Amino acid sequence: MTDATYPLAAHGISFMTMAYLDHAATAPMLAEALDAYVAAAREIGNPSSLHAAGRSARRLVEESRERIAAVLGARPSEVVFTSGGTESDNLATKGLFWARRGADGRRCRVVASAVEHHAVMDAVEWLRSHEGAVVEWLPVDQAGRVNPAVLTDAIQAHGDEIAVISVQWANNEVGTLQPIPALAALAAQAGIPFHTDAVQAVGQVPVDFAASGAAAMTVSGHKVGGPVGVGALLLGRDVAATPLLHGGGQERDVRSGTLDTPGVVAFAVAVEAAVKTQQEHAARVAALRDDLVERVRAAIPDAVYNGDPVDRLPGNAHFSFPGCEGDALLLLLDAQGIACSTGSACSAGVAQPSHVLLAMGADDDRARSSLRFTLGQTSTAQDIDELLAALPGAVERARRATAWKTPRQS
Amino acid sequence: MSGGVDSAVAAARARDAGHDVTGVHLALARNPQTYRTGARGCCTLEDSRDARRAADVIGIPFYVWDMADQFHESVVDDFVAEYAAGRTPNPCLRCNEKIKFAAVLDRAVALGFDAVVTGHHARLGADGLLRRSVDIAKDQSYVLAVLTRDQLDRAVFPLGDSTKAQVREEAAARGLAVADKPDSHDICFIADGDTRGFLAQRLGEAPGDIVDGRTGTVLGQHAGAYGYTVGQRKGLDLRVPAPDGRPRYVLSITPKTNTVTVGPREDLAVDTVTAERPIWHGEQTPVECDVQLRAHGEVVPAVVSVEDGRLTARLRSPARGVAAGQAIVAYRPDPGGDIVLGSATILTGENLTGENAHPAATSGTGASANG
Ligand SMILES: Cc1ncc(COP(=O)(O)O)c(C=O)c1O
Repeated sequence: MTDATYPLAAHGISFMTMAYLDHAATAPMLAEALDAYVAAAREIGNPSSLHAAGRSARRLVEESRERIAAVLGARPSEVVFTSGGTESDNLATKGLFWARRGADGRRCRVVASAVEHHAVMDAVEWLRSHEGAVVEWLPVDQAGRVNPAVLTDAIQAHGDEIAVISVQWANNEVGTLQPIPALAALAAQAGIPFHTDAVQAVGQVPVDFAASGAAAMTVSGHKVGGPVGVGALLLGRDVAATPLLHGGGQERDVRSGTLDTPGVVAFAVAVEAAVKTQQEHAARVAALRDDLVERVRAAIPDAVYNGDPVDRLPGNAHFSFPGCEGDALLLLLDAQGIACSTGSACSAGVAQPSHVLLAMGADDDRARSSLRFTLGQTSTAQDIDELLAALPGAVERARRATAWKTPRQS
Repeated sequence: MSGGVDSAVAAARARDAGHDVTGVHLALARNPQTYRTGARGCCTLEDSRDARRAADVIGIPFYVWDMADQFHESVVDDFVAEYAAGRTPNPCLRCNEKIKFAAVLDRAVALGFDAVVTGHHARLGADGLLRRSVDIAKDQSYVLAVLTRDQLDRAVFPLGDSTKAQVREEAAARGLAVADKPDSHDICFIADGDTRGFLAQRLGEAPGDIVDGRTGTVLGQHAGAYGYTVGQRKGLDLRVPAPDGRPRYVLSITPKTNTVTVGPREDLAVDTVTAERPIWHGEQTPVECDVQLRAHGEVVPAVVSVEDGRLTARLRSPARGVAAGQAIVAYRPDPGGDIVLGSATILTGENLTGENAHPAATSGTGASANG
């Protein structure tokens, strides 16, 4: 464990007493990012103000913009700061849709993959229910990948009606990577703006905005060692987006609101560190992950390893455990100090079968029986030992607990 | 943890007693969104959030368990079917019997838990006897008496020694925001409290006769016999007044002929109650004890015997409003809290000895006597 880099919580839950295998939900903040945050938060200044305090805040913001642009293959002016992944996804899907349809009334179609994060999926659904958008969900294969031929077909069928296309870079549940350059190229040829949600990809795999060919790309702070509540939409210079938020005209007039200087500064420190250390990081967590996968399969031979076996996020392992409810496993592992996720969305706290697994062709039972383990900077071999010490017993118990579903005879 | 004050304090007390406690909220509505407004029951999103917040304050893990399908089958469908059969079900009792101390308990035990703790107001001490709460007005032993020995052995009721006021005080002292949340009274799955409307929606209109119990004269029409409960006086809407001008009451409901029989108050009196599916905790019978014939109902001294899967109670003084489908619960009076001897589901109430002797005065007799 790299204690110096990731300060342990002084109170409550710490990485010492818990095997934290849920980095895809949120990752611990990098010490340098935290220091940078605190230092910037001590200063006063609205980056839009003209006086000295404003200028110095603006300087911090603009330096941060440049740092992020440099490591992600964007121009500084293409970095639009937002409140995080959810806002960026909403701004991209709705903003590009509105702008494009506004310019050409025939363009009322939205095309997105069937495995998008809810921040894209629900925004697109909203465009359908409130803006009259016609939505096309691109199917995925069993590994969760969009075949570019599917997008080719969609563009051939309705190319001049499509306002925006959105396909994530990496899936947050099963970790599958999408062929973004190929998909973006198809969209570009047809003159359709292409958005990609790269929240899970940055720092895990090489991500270069310009090289990807995307028109817009979502990044979030808290998945890369930065703070929660700050992120960015990388938006191509000549890509028009209608704002969600109107006001002071900050951020190219696309995203009004006083900039969160400390948040932006810490975000930039984290993104820079994540991208610069991406290779070593990926190699290290992939080795741990491979060990985890091998040992889980040995301990529970009928476990199904979901997603692409190779072309996936290095820190992601996702399984279905036949006969178990993911919920029950989570409860049992949590009780033993192991944090993981069912990866499925909650509706009123009730786990729904994951739309990602269903889109990959899993049945309801397999979707409900799944569990996601995600490794990150703070992960160690000991975390995996702890998981493997607890998992077989938990699986056995969870299997017994599914018997409750059969109503008792009275 | 329902999101109310009782289960929150029960959880806190169980934790303080040194147990390893996990909070569980039951999602019972198939579509929680439809319960979002108006419902003051156990199914709303707000309640789920309140329960989660309470668990956080207490410092225990918290999970929502989806029991909507089981609840619908065992409680809601049963509720409708019972009314359709002319009986008057108690859904809270059924929920304890089939959900909280069956489906939930089974799942919990399989996951390695030892017991289910609830915020019911009843006592269950080291002697294993189920007793009334010290707070007689809030006592819930009536809806728990259906639990078998095995179920009781895995049940914990930490609130039985406290009054509701004490529970609220304690919740406030513990910093639980639910301390002054109002009590829920209504049936949790009937959001607007309109039971008749709820049943009408599911059972449709089924017009039939309202008949005078003594003369057999048809006095009027009803839109569905399920809208009536034995002992009911209001809402009969009869054109023809009784000859003596006195109010009339529902005496029985006969699903076979779809009739609601009415008569004067004295014809409601019942001195013998027969009930099925007894849960009996071993006391020799016949036994001299008290019986309670509906939730929050009065207590009547009786001689109870249990034989061949039937419970019979000869009442020392007549009772009114005895409806088939309700539970009869037998108690032995005790200074340490009246002790539950057993319970059963009422089939018939009859008047065999009194002045207005009439056999089988209770609703649902046609359907249940051979069922
Ligand atoms: C793929 C993906 N997109 C978007 C988001 C939302 O990001 P944020 O939490 O910053 O709003 C997440 C985080 O859960 C994510 O994994």
